[in-house]
Amino acid sequence: MTAPSHFYTSRNSFQRRTEGTIVWAFRLATYVILLCGVFVIGNICLKGLPTVTGSFRSLKQFPYVTNTFLFEAPESLYIFKHEGVKREMGDTEYRAFREAETARATAEGRPVPEFKAQSYVYAAGGIWPCIVGTVLLVVGAMTIALLLGVASAIFLSEYARDSAFVRFIRLAILNLAGVPSIVFGLFGFAMFVLYFDWNVSLMSGWFTLAFMVLPVVITASEEALKAVPKGFREGSLALGATKWQTIRKNVLPYALPGILTSSILGIARVAGETAPIMFTAAYVVRDKLPWEVAKFGDFFFQGVMALPYHIYVVSSKIPQNAYTQRVQYGTAFVFLGLVALIAGSSILLRNKLRGRYQW
Amino acid sequence: MENSSPTSAAPSRTLATPPRVARKDDTVPSPTLIDVKGLDFYYGAKQALFDINIAIPDRRVTAFIGPSGCGKSTLLRCLNRMNDLIDGTAVKRGEIKIRDIDIYGPAVDPIELRKRVGMVFQKSNPFPKSIYENIIYGLRIQGVKSKTKLDEVVEKSLRGAALWDEVKDRLHESGLGLSGGQQQRLCIARTIAVEPEVILMDEPCSALDPIATAKVEELIHELKKQFTIIIVTHSMQQAARCSDRTAFFYMGKLIEFDETHNIFMNPKNAQTEAYVSGRFG
Repeated sequence: MTAPSHFYTSRNSFQRRTEGTIVWAFRLATYVILLCGVFVIGNICLKGLPTVTGSFRSLKQFPYVTNTFLFEAPESLYIFKHEGVKREMGDTEYRAFREAETARATAEGRPVPEFKAQSYVYAAGGIWPCIVGTVLLVVGAMTIALLLGVASAIFLSEYARDSAFVRFIRLAILNLAGVPSIVFGLFGFAMFVLYFDWNVSLMSGWFTLAFMVLPVVITASEEALKAVPKGFREGSLALGATKWQTIRKNVLPYALPGILTSSILGIARVAGETAPIMFTAAYVVRDKLPWEVAKFGDFFFQGVMALPYHIYVVSSKIPQNAYTQRVQYGTAFVFLGLVALIAGSSILLRNKLRGRYQW
Repeated sequence: MENSSPTSAAPSRTLATPPRVARKDDTVPSPTLIDVKGLDFYYGAKQALFDINIAIPDRRVTAFIGPSGCGKSTLLRCLNRMNDLIDGTAVKRGEIKIRDIDIYGPAVDPIELRKRVGMVFQKSNPFPKSIYENIIYGLRIQGVKSKTKLDEVVEKSLRGAALWDEVKDRLHESGLGLSGGQQQRLCIARTIAVEPEVILMDEPCSALDPIATAKVEELIHELKKQFTIIIVTHSMQQAARCSDRTAFFYMGKLIEFDETHNIFMNPKNAQTEAYVSGRFG
């Protein structure tokens, strides 16, 4: 009951078989990439989640539950044996415990117990100052990058006439995208920290990170502006609008979703780069939180702790052991979660704008 | 089959339908509103218009006809200086006077000019806003904020564009949800909302079906009581139906400019005669 042979029957030729193999090769390449991504993220989530979930503690007052890993500053971890039981405690808890036990022993007339502990730096407490620092850096850097980048994109795509100079500017912007981030760090250090005398501060970090992410923002914004149909501009100008009125009312709102998409990519980069902030904004450890400043102006000129830098510090600047590994993976997991959160809210904003300015 | 083939041996029967009976006010001569004298226009190094001399009458419909690339759209866009937006264009000789003011003169602001000389494009371009926002766009950029005034203008413009009855219940819905003919009438309403003196129409019906085209042509008959209309069209029947005077262009030169009746029934120039009888173009 084979099908009758006619002009249109499928022929099994060598060409068709190689085509099938090639498609499988493409499939394999895609799956390998997917596998690597899943493995890396899965590994971090698997090892980092217990650190976060194991840190919930109850409180006596509102909000009744807190997570010490997320909301406390880093501390040293003390491992010691007390009455035969191995215990581990953070710095403040350990001191309080020691005082309590000493007081209890003296009151009962027993000899004061001896406390011999092994301490591991950064292995206890939390990463709250790092989270705050990263959020501040991202928000500030993206604001500066979007303002400068969109203004530049509007000039390049709407106002500038095509000339050798403008082509040179575009080439320069594209080249900026390929500069290594450590070079941006050195640039920021030389310009903002030393020459402008801002010292290691939020301002230096913001501008360094903003310049790092500018090429992406400018290129994507230009594409978004070009995608708005010419008819909108012509129709508006024919009604007697100036060029800026046309751009402000009839072009820019419809280009915003595209511009925000580029900012999502920028957010991940800004949050995750260590090299630019190493010399310009980040401290290894800092006691005060960013809002504990003497006067308002000081807010911009203080350094902060940052998540990627903290990962670097706990991974390479201090001795490695099982306790610090917990903190490393926990920090990496929280970092991924934070970037996902900021990117998610950017996507929500973009979808809301898409609904409003649809064309 | 008796059909006007290009190789027909009897060329005097034209393709145009017999012109409608001229209305009484059409025969009253109308003063010149736009006076073009000796205009030479260049796209970069290439000359597009050669020594154009034409006087457009006030409150009449003037049609520009001619084959593709003859310069009629270029001349139209010169009248509201939309060609200024293209790099490298220049008026190297001549002048265009609207009410005796040379619009290429030194003290003329193209923005103010475009508020008085409006344009409707070939491909209707309603903005992706609501119908209401589309109409008041021109007023908003002039700074008009009073809601009563805006509502009044919206109703007046939509009635003037014969669109009010169809959209009065959905003024705040998107302008893109209208049909092609309605969108073009929306663009016309948007143009008349700023109350210009002149409306330039660049092939307004070329993308529309015959019924929508008929509605727009009816609209043009109404609008010419208030506005001076210049329409560029590829369809000679449309020019014969709608216009009072017709100008025939060829290769950047104005060949003939006369009453529509004369251009189609009694052309003086041999080239005009060849074009309107369908022998080329």
